Amino acid sequence: MILLEVENVVKQFSGHLALDGVSLTVPENTVYGLLGPNGAGKTTLIRIINCITAPDSGEVRLNGKRITSADVQHIGYLPEERGLYKKMKVGEQALYLAQLRGMTKRDAQKALKYWFEKFEIQAWWDKKVEELSKGMAQKVQFITTILHDPKLLIFDEPFSGFDPVNADLLKREILELRDKGATIIFSTHNMSTVEDLCENISLVDQAKIVLQGNVAAIRASFATKTYIIRSQSPVLGNENYDLLTQTTKNGMVESTIKKLTSVPNNLLLSDIAHQTEIFSFEEMLPSMNDVFIETVKKSDQ
Amino acid sequence: MSKISLIIKREYTTRVMKKSFILLTFLTPVLFAGMMALIIWLGGIKDDKVKNIVVIDNTHLYSKVLKSNEVYSFQFVEGQLNEVKKQKSQNGDFTALLYITDNLKDNPNAVTLYSEKQVNVELKSYITGLLNKHVEEQKLAEYNIPNLKEMVEKSHTEIDLKTIKWGEDGKDKVGSAEVALIIGMLTAFIIYMFIVIYGAQVMQGVVQEKTNRIVEVIISSVKPFELMMGKIIGIALVGLTQFLMWVLLTGVIAVVGGAIFGSNVDVTSLQKMQQVGMQPGMNVPAMPTEMQHLMTSLAGLNYVEIISLFIVYFLGGYLLYASLFAAIGSAVDNETDTQQFSMPLMLPIIFAIYAGIFSAENPDGPLAFWCSMVPFTSPIVMMVRLPFDVPAWQIILSISILVLSFIGTTWTAGKIYRTGILMYGKKVTWKEMWKWLRY
Repeated sequence: MILLEVENVVKQFSGHLALDGVSLTVPENTVYGLLGPNGAGKTTLIRIINCITAPDSGEVRLNGKRITSADVQHIGYLPEERGLYKKMKVGEQALYLAQLRGMTKRDAQKALKYWFEKFEIQAWWDKKVEELSKGMAQKVQFITTILHDPKLLIFDEPFSGFDPVNADLLKREILELRDKGATIIFSTHNMSTVEDLCENISLVDQAKIVLQGNVAAIRASFATKTYIIRSQSPVLGNENYDLLTQTTKNGMVESTIKKLTSVPNNLLLSDIAHQTEIFSFEEMLPSMNDVFIETVKKSDQ
Repeated sequence: MSKISLIIKREYTTRVMKKSFILLTFLTPVLFAGMMALIIWLGGIKDDKVKNIVVIDNTHLYSKVLKSNEVYSFQFVEGQLNEVKKQKSQNGDFTALLYITDNLKDNPNAVTLYSEKQVNVELKSYITGLLNKHVEEQKLAEYNIPNLKEMVEKSHTEIDLKTIKWGEDGKDKVGSAEVALIIGMLTAFIIYMFIVIYGAQVMQGVVQEKTNRIVEVIISSVKPFELMMGKIIGIALVGLTQFLMWVLLTGVIAVVGGAIFGSNVDVTSLQKMQQVGMQPGMNVPAMPTEMQHLMTSLAGLNYVEIISLFIVYFLGGYLLYASLFAAIGSAVDNETDTQQFSMPLMLPIIFAIYAGIFSAENPDGPLAFWCSMVPFTSPIVMMVRLPFDVPAWQIILSISILVLSFIGTTWTAGKIYRTGILMYGKKVTWKEMWKWLRY
């Protein structure tokens, strides 16, 4: 089921086009990645989905109906810059935001206790936000965003400011939220998180979507038909493939081959199996990082 | 709890719990009272040191007249003026030099007081008092009428002009223009201060929410108008709290201070001042009546009316300006940009305080009247006029105009705020804001 549709959205700021006919669909209960270089228009798109800015043309639909500011109440939005009062205490502030979102004080307290324990930040309750580091504040903000159990979560650069340990924690939480039924859209530069988290992505560059679809399918389509074979003795070349590299490690030979014809992998393997004992055979898929760089470079030309 | 009350509560509690607020609220009346006490105390202290006055009396007529007392001691010396001056200024042990050249009865100008420093008024009036009295007595004696001195003394009257206004109900009120002026200016100045300080706080708060992107998070659950009004009302309550605390604390300090110091300091120091400073011939009870008079006119003011109208005008004026300050805060991207746009708002406030000062001179004149009707100046100017008794219809008209105006400005500001608060990276112009109004 499609939860969110963005159709042909155009947004112009004085002098420059921020979004030029952007369309995308987000299936329910998936994680959706918005990728793109700085200034591509990701944040503008997110702000349009959140009804913070209105599009010049095009529309955003939630559950098939045009999104209104009343719907936004059911969206959890984590802006890129810290949306917290610096002078306020962490606990007070989290309670305040939760109550503004319609939770009762008692429910909010209970939920906050759960999350503060889970993130092991109970000690921060009486600290002022200005005393926290960027990553710490981001954690607090993450909790305030998801506390009221919104069905749709939108995170703008959620991993910025996090160390690897906390980034990992956040990844796990995002997956857990999805498993509990939420739909998550997030923007990022961090390509490895995309591979780990996202089912679908849109790559935005210069106000346009230059690449869109399922992550696995995209990677496969960018595949260079390169394989890694680990075997007992060296693999010999063949008319079906080129031998790119060959190294010996711990008595094991690792060869990279590039397929030249459309010969099925099974045949290829049985061919090689005649020559030597095969330990492993693996396709070398391009990382999202490679896909990103290649696509952006191509679209910039 | 409804959302707007949540916002009001947050704005109120975060501000009221601030150390700076608590300090300012409690310290201001204490400092004020301390200053008053210090003035009274300093006024009460007299130099214990005897001041020496050297007298060169060429006529040898006045050695009996110029009697020394506990403050001034007169030494009569012989010699030339310049010599004595030189000789004495080397010793340095004298305050002033009195030089009498001729009989003062015939030539009242024949006396001069020399000193290195400016002679204080007390000494001057003490000497002239003694000499005046003496010459007067001499002159009276020349008439050769028995008991003339007593007759003259009896005929001496001090007129104490009381000003009494009669109200519409026919009851007399004791009034004093000075007291009215002080109360009027004080309340007007407090309103001016509150509008500027708390108006600026509204603006700062809005800018802060905008630059921190807090508003983007909150706007999903709250309407922009609710957010703006919550902030404005919350800060208004902070201002009211501060004002009421000041009234309360000033009252407590006045009562406590009066009980501890009032009885001895006021009376004794005032009496001392009279003994030392006043001319001996002057009517002694003059000062106490004046004090009494001041007290009765202070008591004669209608405090309930002044305080309740203060609250009305404070709220009206504050709401009028605060909503506009909020609109400006929402339109700009950072605090430094606010200055350019808040200037047109500060001008009428500053104009109002000047109009108030001039209105005090003529509280029923056309400037006072019109400025107490125009909503941008009325909260300040009307406070100046109030203690001078303003006709009820004028107060009602002025308040109605003010209420209508702040509804108007709040509505206008709400429209600008709604658009401005979510607008980034755009240099805002007045033209742009005008466009937002008509969205």
